[in-house]
Amino acid sequence: MNNYLTSTIFRKVLASLSGLFLVTFLVGHLVGNLQLFIPGVQGQTQFNKYALFMTTNPVVQALSIITYSAILLHIFITLFLVIQSRRARPVGYAVSNGNDSSGWSSRNMAILGTVLLFFLVIHLKSFWYKMHFGEMPYQYLSDGTKIKDLYQVTTSAFQNPFYTFFYVFCMGALSLHLKHGVESAIQTVGLRIPSYEKLFKYAAIAVAFSIPAIFASIPVYLYFTNI
Amino acid sequence: MGDLQLTLKVWRQRSSSDKGKFETYDVSGLNSHMSFLEMMDVLNEQLVGKDIEPIAFDHDCREGICGMCSMVINGRAHGPLKGTTTCQLHMRHFKNEDTITIEPWRAKAFPVVKDLVVDRSSFDRIIQSGGYVSVNTGSAPDGNAIPIPKEVAEEAFDAAACIGCGACVATCKNASASLFVSAKVSQLALLPQGQPERKERVNKMVSKMDEEGFGHCTNTGACQAECPKEISIEYIRKMNLDYNLSNLKG
Ligand code: HEM
Ligand code: SF4
Ligand code: FES
Repeated sequence: MNNYLTSTIFRKVLASLSGLFLVTFLVGHLVGNLQLFIPGVQGQTQFNKYALFMTTNPVVQALSIITYSAILLHIFITLFLVIQSRRARPVGYAVSNGNDSSGWSSRNMAILGTVLLFFLVIHLKSFWYKMHFGEMPYQYLSDGTKIKDLYQVTTSAFQNPFYTFFYVFCMGALSLHLKHGVESAIQTVGLRIPSYEKLFKYAAIAVAFSIPAIFASIPVYLYFTNI
Repeated sequence: MGDLQLTLKVWRQRSSSDKGKFETYDVSGLNSHMSFLEMMDVLNEQLVGKDIEPIAFDHDCREGICGMCSMVINGRAHGPLKGTTTCQLHMRHFKNEDTITIEPWRAKAFPVVKDLVVDRSSFDRIIQSGGYVSVNTGSAPDGNAIPIPKEVAEEAFDAAACIGCGACVATCKNASASLFVSAKVSQLALLPQGQPERKERVNKMVSKMDEEGFGHCTNTGACQAECPKEISIEYIRKMNLDYNLSNLKG
């Protein structure tokens, strides 16, 4: 009788919890990125020191392992669920009128998620892989030490209009993913009680709009200040 | 009222093993007071006159309470009207010379038997797995023998309004049966009589739902929008919570 761990509901809970965890990760990541708004050498120094801290601090490293696991769990569990649901309707409809009964983003989470996965691969390659294993420029600090110059890598990456556009586009996909995802996750874990339904709805929209918008504002700023 | 003439694209499938295809028929002599099923009757009469086998479709009460009249009409389960079964849908909601596409419910757990008729016994098996109270209650008990707060009684009653039509499954992009199962779980879970078997019931019914090959719920809300009885997805939240808590508490 007890197949809880393989039930659709439990798997859905895993998708929700991993998704919500990733939202908290995004908030942390965003706060770090905001340092890119600080102009000049001061901004460069602060951002590079922050990057060094983030790649060496043991607590951060433990957190990053949890984050990578959450991403993998999220991808595998949602992939699994999507396959299962495709199987649940082997023959589709000739005419379907989805917009009459549900929102676009709610029906296209898998497509949006695939865009995000594509983004993640490119994003990690541009910055994470380069920082850890690639060839990096160095900044020489006033005390004579040298430090990997992720600031320069970042600012020069966003001088490319296509790369900047791609980033902004993917933040649009993230926004739509979160618009449905946050509210859905709240429902899945059972918190969306009717008296708070409106509150959660607007909170989800606020999260879904603000996080990607602030993320996207950084490359746009870097692009226009460095033309 | 006036005369109504329609072109219908209807799914024809001889048997469960047949591949099936759409056939196009013109129907005339309709009027706007007819229900959608009466329109189908007129079409069938005209088909018989032409020596074409009439279209098989499910129907019974024709008053919106039995849940038999399953049809996807222009991409909407039970047609375009909110909170309405196919039998209660009237032809005044269609325009003269409209083309209407009619398809059966599409889900692995609802295999097509013939034309628009699908086999919904997977729903029956879910109910058989636990959607009942086992004790023999004898004849109807005294109305107020067990006091139940009005809001609770109303909520249980709203869940009990589910007619088991399967429109939620037909509409859901994942062919999930969550709305149906959650209504059937909640109508008992909310009442004192349902408490002794509450945990066992939700476990058995959810397991059966998964086993029958329905998809998972992604909270699109389409089921609630298309349900002829306007069952709320709040019951899905309740079911998930009940299911999770009863398993996590061990
Ligand atoms: C930072 C990145 C991401 C965040 C913050 C995020 C967040 C979320 C959240 C909160 C949900 C809702 C879970 C629920 O409804 O229970 C969700 C659902 C989903 N995510 Fe993500 N996600 C991210 C990346 C991805 C990626 C990379 C993929 C796929 C490759 C993906 C695929 C999906 C799918 C398919 C769903 C729908 C699951 C379902 O309802 O069945 N997501 N995501
Ligand atoms: S929940 Fe609504 S749509 Fe689903 S079976 Fe019950 S009455 Fe039909
Ligand atoms: S025929 Fe009974 S509900 Fe439509």
